[in-house]
Amino acid sequence: MFSYCTDPASLEGLTWLSCYLTTGKHMSIYWSVGTVLLLLAITAPTALLFGFGGATAARAPFAPLRWLGKGYIAIVRGVPDIAFFLFFVIALDQFFEWIRHSVKCPDWDEPIRQGNDFVVCAEAKLPLGNAAQWVHETYGFFLAVLTFAIVFGAFAANVLFGAMKAVPRAQMETAEAYGMTPRQSFWRIMVPQMWVYALPGLSNLWMVLIKATPLLFLLGVEDIVYWARELGGSKTARFTDYPHGDWRMWYFFALLVFYLLFTKVSEVVLDRIMKRLTHGQATAGGEAQRKAA
Amino acid sequence: MSGASPVAFGDSPRYFWPKEDRGHVVSCWETIADYGLRSIGIGERLLPRADYTLCQQVTLIGSGMIWNVYFGVLALMSGFFLATSAALGKASGNPFLRKPAEWFIFLFRGSPLFIQFFFAYFLFLSLKSVSPFFDVFTSAWLGALIVLFLNTAAYSAEIFHGALLSIPRGDLEAADAYGFSGWKKFRRITWPTMLRLAWPAYTNEAIFLFHATTLVYFSGFPAFQQRGDALYYANYFADKTFNPFVPYPILAGFFILLTLILIGGFGWVNKRLNRHLPQDARQKVKLKPNLMR
Repeated sequence: MFSYCTDPASLEGLTWLSCYLTTGKHMSIYWSVGTVLLLLAITAPTALLFGFGGATAARAPFAPLRWLGKGYIAIVRGVPDIAFFLFFVIALDQFFEWIRHSVKCPDWDEPIRQGNDFVVCAEAKLPLGNAAQWVHETYGFFLAVLTFAIVFGAFAANVLFGAMKAVPRAQMETAEAYGMTPRQSFWRIMVPQMWVYALPGLSNLWMVLIKATPLLFLLGVEDIVYWARELGGSKTARFTDYPHGDWRMWYFFALLVFYLLFTKVSEVVLDRIMKRLTHGQATAGGEAQRKAA
Repeated sequence: MSGASPVAFGDSPRYFWPKEDRGHVVSCWETIADYGLRSIGIGERLLPRADYTLCQQVTLIGSGMIWNVYFGVLALMSGFFLATSAALGKASGNPFLRKPAEWFIFLFRGSPLFIQFFFAYFLFLSLKSVSPFFDVFTSAWLGALIVLFLNTAAYSAEIFHGALLSIPRGDLEAADAYGFSGWKKFRRITWPTMLRLAWPAYTNEAIFLFHATTLVYFSGFPAFQQRGDALYYANYFADKTFNPFVPYPILAGFFILLTLILIGGFGWVNKRLNRHLPQDARQKVKLKPNLMR
């Protein structure tokens, strides 16, 4: 990238390192940090939405819907999240292809599952066989986001379900006494109040979500783990201007430091938000703040 | 059909028979005898390559559970002691004890377990070239166990530290009044109370540690001769059959069973720890899915 980088073999020390760290391949790993942040930015609100849906369903008066919500919350407790990640990526892909298959090729009469193959007609393939590389990558990323949202939605549902239950009963009774319908009291009384109770759980979930982002690698996305393995592996002078031994250890050390910084910063920010939200609240935290002031 | 041709592997003659006959000959008991201990290298060496039966999938995934239990149990038992020391260190007034304990806990709780596995594996790989002593560390049974041991120790230390801080002051004052001090006070008063208060959270930690063991074979550590854990085999079948709807639910079933056993065992210990208390003051073990690496 720099002007003095034309002949890397002659460089030494820090100049060599500055050239080495700015090669085109290294730009990919910096971009993949952006992928991680993008994933977090999309997944967090989506998971919250899934969580809200799950928590609302788990409180529904209609029994089958309630079972569905409770089942959704309960299943992630017993089963490793990685299993869900590996499962949903294939399952969602096949599900989408199957839907497109049923819509686009109604005259197809062969079964979809033939032995060890999953066969849909060519028009139903996702992405289409002739699609550009970026379409494939975007589709893969989309599947990953959806998978994350489903798994973390269940965790968020658990937190929000608890928060909804934590809203004082008297508040809801007062709402009923004022003649509010269940829908009104839910949206006007319960939802605005539940966030204080949900925040500790949700901030914990955010930390968990950060720490789950390297699992993108398992979903087939070219993320930082992928690039750390690629770039860290030993390179001979035949294929690169920057030959080096096996440096994967150092690349993963850098990732370790990156995540430590990321979680630390999040912790500090979330603490501040919590302080601001508890200010003046009728909770133990708010009371402690009042006494300290 | 891809599986129609007889596949020749193993020297046992039944594998040479056509598929139709084989179905009658290989009973589920034989499959269990062949593959029940496959994950630790006993029994049939070659994995099934075609016509995957339900019995094979259940048997092999169950066989892989041996490794999950191995990692979980050993890491938990060894981690318990380090966790107690780290918790005491963090609560200590001496900065030479407190600072290392704090850093240890921050390092392992602040970074993803997945990255820790990768880093440790490549670290051991680099050390291997320095001394052959580190040869064994690159294999999963030891290397991954060390990472899991340190990881669970850090998470449990945080739990124990929280419990240490919430020991009722009266209990400690009473201990002083009875003339307890030093080791005796710790052994008879502080430690049992700490355990009692921490136990529900520690139960969750144990459950999530067992879930975390599924990451081992996806994070650099090689599965020697395809001897992997439950998720490794589930993933193998999902890849081969392109049907995630059979192996992953089987895996989920095994893990739900394991979780129930854990809750039972830890609940029994919890009862013992609380047995001196009046009925309504006892803490129940409640599963909260808010711990993940």
